[in-house]
Amino acid sequence: MIIALIIIALLILGAASAAMLSRNLIHSALLLVGAWAGIAAFYLWAGAEFVAFAQGLVYVGAVSMVVLFAVLLTRQGATRAPVEYDSIKRAVFAFIVAGGVAGILIGAIMGSPLEGRLPSPTPSVSVLQLGLLLMGPYAPALLIVGVLLTVALLGAIVIAAVDKPEDAP
Amino acid sequence: MSALQLCLIVSSLLFCVGLIGALARSNTILVLLGIELMLNAANLNFIAFWRYGPHPAAGTGMMFVLFSIAVAAAEAAVGLALIIAVHRHRQSVRLQEANSLKG
Amino acid sequence: MNLETLPLQFRDFIVGLFPTALQWLVHHVLTLTVILTVFGLFFAFTTIAERKLLARVQNRLGPNRAGLPWFRKLKLWGITQPFADAIKAITKEDIVPAAADKALHFLAPVLIVAFSLLGFAVLPFGRNLIPVELDAALLYFFAAGSATELAIFMAGWGSRNKYSLLSAMRALAQLISYELPLILSVVPVVMVCGTLSTKAIAVAQGGWTFGLLPHWHVFTPWGFAAFIIFLIATLAESNRSPFDLPEAESELIAGHLTEYSGFKYALFFMAEYFGLTALSGLGVTLFLGGWQAPCEFLQFIPSYLWFMIKLAGMIVFFIWVRGTLLRLRIDQLTRLSWKFLVPLALLNLGNGAFWALTTEWSGPLVLARWAISAAIVVVPFVLLGRCLTAGQAPRTYRYAA
Repeated sequence: MIIALIIIALLILGAASAAMLSRNLIHSALLLVGAWAGIAAFYLWAGAEFVAFAQGLVYVGAVSMVVLFAVLLTRQGATRAPVEYDSIKRAVFAFIVAGGVAGILIGAIMGSPLEGRLPSPTPSVSVLQLGLLLMGPYAPALLIVGVLLTVALLGAIVIAAVDKPEDAP
Repeated sequence: MSALQLCLIVSSLLFCVGLIGALARSNTILVLLGIELMLNAANLNFIAFWRYGPHPAAGTGMMFVLFSIAVAAAEAAVGLALIIAVHRHRQSVRLQEANSLKG
Repeated sequence: MNLETLPLQFRDFIVGLFPTALQWLVHHVLTLTVILTVFGLFFAFTTIAERKLLARVQNRLGPNRAGLPWFRKLKLWGITQPFADAIKAITKEDIVPAAADKALHFLAPVLIVAFSLLGFAVLPFGRNLIPVELDAALLYFFAAGSATELAIFMAGWGSRNKYSLLSAMRALAQLISYELPLILSVVPVVMVCGTLSTKAIAVAQGGWTFGLLPHWHVFTPWGFAAFIIFLIATLAESNRSPFDLPEAESELIAGHLTEYSGFKYALFFMAEYFGLTALSGLGVTLFLGGWQAPCEFLQFIPSYLWFMIKLAGMIVFFIWVRGTLLRLRIDQLTRLSWKFLVPLALLNLGNGAFWALTTEWSGPLVLARWAISAAIVVVPFVLLGRCLTAGQAPRTYRYAA
């Protein structure tokens, strides 16, 4: 089990690092899709099947399309000019800050007593239970998220739509 | 080191990779992708604690992650719409160029 | 020797030949091999069936000259054409444009076939013949299907060809527009059956009234409407006529596949047919009763044969539609989806909810249940049809004299 976790973790981190450091924006977006698929694999390993399929459907199937369309509509991919680093100073500072954050987090994790409970057999919450939860205690949250998604959809359309003829590229 | 600590370390490293992307790159779309990675790292954390926590049958971790995925997708859509709108006015997607309110 | 349990006995026999530690691996490898073989052959015969049936619809013979290797005189009505096509595709030169993005150009056909095949894992082929039994099987199916869109983008982008890219964008717009009606048309089935598991949905459609009328979902008003929407969305999701604008020959050559030749083109072709077969299999499971027999006395035919018969029936129907209907323009296509199918599918959701809530009605109320359900389908359909064609004159046909 741990070997599977290590392989999945290496896949996720490798794809994410390659995506963040790549100079070609389309390659970045597609490598990030690979990272999202790896995260879905992690959810499957942990036994959260419904969340894994939801992650695949939403991120790999939909958000990736939005990102790629945005890249194409802002002419980022049209030329072969790579997307460059702004300055070396900024990159170095970013690495130092990220390294600091990583150090603090990993230090906190290793220092906490997180081994109290024996590793359990993989838990499984059936879809029926999830449905009952969503329609019961979490129903207000579900309704609010529905309204939020509708508002976001309308807002995105309004913001990105062409207002005046001279706005069209 | 228990499996839970390994999962949490993976999610922390993923968070820092996203942080590097959000800080070091000047292309707005890449910054947004970095932010999405950070959101995903937090979701990893939730699932790790749901798996090894005291009450996995309650499904709280899964609920949180489901709503987090939905909200992150909405935020990505609106953010990219904003980038398209800014590009239409300024013909550029570099963060440094969006400085007309600076002063 | 029970025909019904023959596949299971065969599987147990093969798995029993191996040591216990490896049995889980052999089980899954055997399932994969059988699915790939059966549906590979099904794909081959779908291509020849399509060409022959389309030819008959168009009043000509199809390909009938491919013979057997050593018995050249024996033509067998052209049945061996797919194997001749396969040899041609494999031996053709693989041309990659010099400016193309090599990684994306190579990965696109591989990924599209891989994601198209993933959908077969949750289809119940027979009474106990489901490869992977998942609690959230329908969600998995749609997640796997939506990943094929990425591969189409990669194909269009990696070819480094303006027209391929334009065509890939159009194909993506079509796929995204029709994903909504596809998923929305399936939700009433989930509501009435109360489960996302395809195995349970196939089992729930058992039983016969008077031993003759099956309880399939397509024979209920909401199920019939949902099935029609599902059929239209399936045609659009697999880029088939009348929605084949992305790859029609009079439009942008071959669309996003222009720069592909030889085996990679064959892989795209395969992926399209696998996607169609998987979606047809899902339609059979959700609406046509899966592996259930239509009448009680016909149960002696094994369940997997019934599944294949229904699947073949749906594929023949799609071929028939291809030969009959005219191609839609991209704006007509997206307008059909957003303005017509999505509102109808949403109303059908309400219809399905009404059906699920009124299961205890009996006696004369059963007639009321069917009447109200049918009214919820027919009235908005007629109203929407009138609104959308409001400004247009009735269609006139002029035939060649």
